[in-house]
Amino acid sequence: MYAQMVKSTGHGVKPLDEMDPQERAFQERIDAGDKIEPKDWMPDGYRKNLIRQIGQHAHSEIVGQLPEGNWITRAPTLERKAILLAKVQDEAGHGLYLYCAAETLGVSRDELTRMLLDGKMKYSSIFNYPTLTWADMGAVGWLVDGAAIMNQVPLQRTSYGPYARAMVRICKEESFHQRQGFDIMMKMANGTDAQKKMAQDALNRFWFPSLMMFGPSDKDSVHSAQSMAWRIKMNTNDELRQKFVDQTVPQAEYLGLTVPDPDLRWNDETGQYDFSEPNWDEFFDVISGNGPCNTERLNTRKQAWDDGAWVRDGMLAHAAKRKSQGIAAQ
Amino acid sequence: MSNAPELPLWEVFIRGQHGLSHRHVGSLHAADAEAALKNARDVYTRRNEGVSIWVVEAAQITASAPGDKGPLFEPANSKVYRHPTFFDIPDEIGSM
Ligand SMILES: [Fe+2]
Ligand SMILES: [Fe+2]
Repeated sequence: MYAQMVKSTGHGVKPLDEMDPQERAFQERIDAGDKIEPKDWMPDGYRKNLIRQIGQHAHSEIVGQLPEGNWITRAPTLERKAILLAKVQDEAGHGLYLYCAAETLGVSRDELTRMLLDGKMKYSSIFNYPTLTWADMGAVGWLVDGAAIMNQVPLQRTSYGPYARAMVRICKEESFHQRQGFDIMMKMANGTDAQKKMAQDALNRFWFPSLMMFGPSDKDSVHSAQSMAWRIKMNTNDELRQKFVDQTVPQAEYLGLTVPDPDLRWNDETGQYDFSEPNWDEFFDVISGNGPCNTERLNTRKQAWDDGAWVRDGMLAHAAKRKSQGIAAQ
Repeated sequence: MSNAPELPLWEVFIRGQHGLSHRHVGSLHAADAEAALKNARDVYTRRNEGVSIWVVEAAQITASAPGDKGPLFEPANSKVYRHPTFFDIPDEIGSM
């Protein structure tokens, strides 16, 4: 998902009776549904894993502003422009809520930024695809935010208090994002032939990348089992992907659009849709840096950081000067 | 990347609309209190979440340690008579 490839440390889940007393008490608190707070003792692996997961999630929110930011100046009406601007601003906020949750684990904000810019931390593969037409703004809100919601709603119950609280704030804001996207899709799908074509084309390009957002199948992954035992992952990737397909297909039908999967069909026996797997080679290629926009996205973030340096330096110098003059900032 | 020192961390407290007390909502980075207030407005009150904001530099906060939970809070456990439900009042008395 927004944290697609976070591998936990360790080798599978240790049974309770093999844990030392401290670790065992910790696991029992989690099993009882207790929240872990920043100053509480926690296993090293739990801390490291969370830093990677929350950090990757935060980076995804920040980099995720770019594909939509691409269309702010070209939105078709002033109202659409204001809405898109508000949506993108929310994503900046989501990044900030998450960075502050990660910071409670002892990593600094600047360190996290540095790891993103150095390519040592990842962000969701979905943001390495280009947004070519206005209909893509609809598809992104509808599908990408839709997939994000699917993952974020259960994470409101995650075991780490600051992460769970950040998720509660984020979830309150996400529904607007998906609805504004679907609203764009409805307009386009009911518009001229050319507009309808654009809507279909956007769905064609974003369908499989959206399914990839949930990450590869993790049925047999020990990493994923450990994360689930720690309650920092609440569902398997396949569960969430299935849920997303089941929810989204009827919405596409409502729009009169065709999901670009010839093998998609309702399965009466299972009570859910059968569908094709995305191309996982493409996924691994994109996540390792070779997607259509990886270089551009990272360069844009680097430039934003570098261009902002004089502002940060200036503000610090100003604060230091006022402090030395004994002026309280009022 | 510049190696400038990091902007300090501030904790943000917001008073909601309903005459409640200020409540901790999260943190942010800013050079000084003035900038912290402005950032808090943008990050934490985009949807009328509050009518008043407090910002406090995180370094200024003294917190109790999780290990002190016992000595700090356990003594209250044995003082059940501090709760009104400790006392049985006859029904004839009505509400009290
Ligand atoms: Fe978001
Ligand atoms: Fe969103």
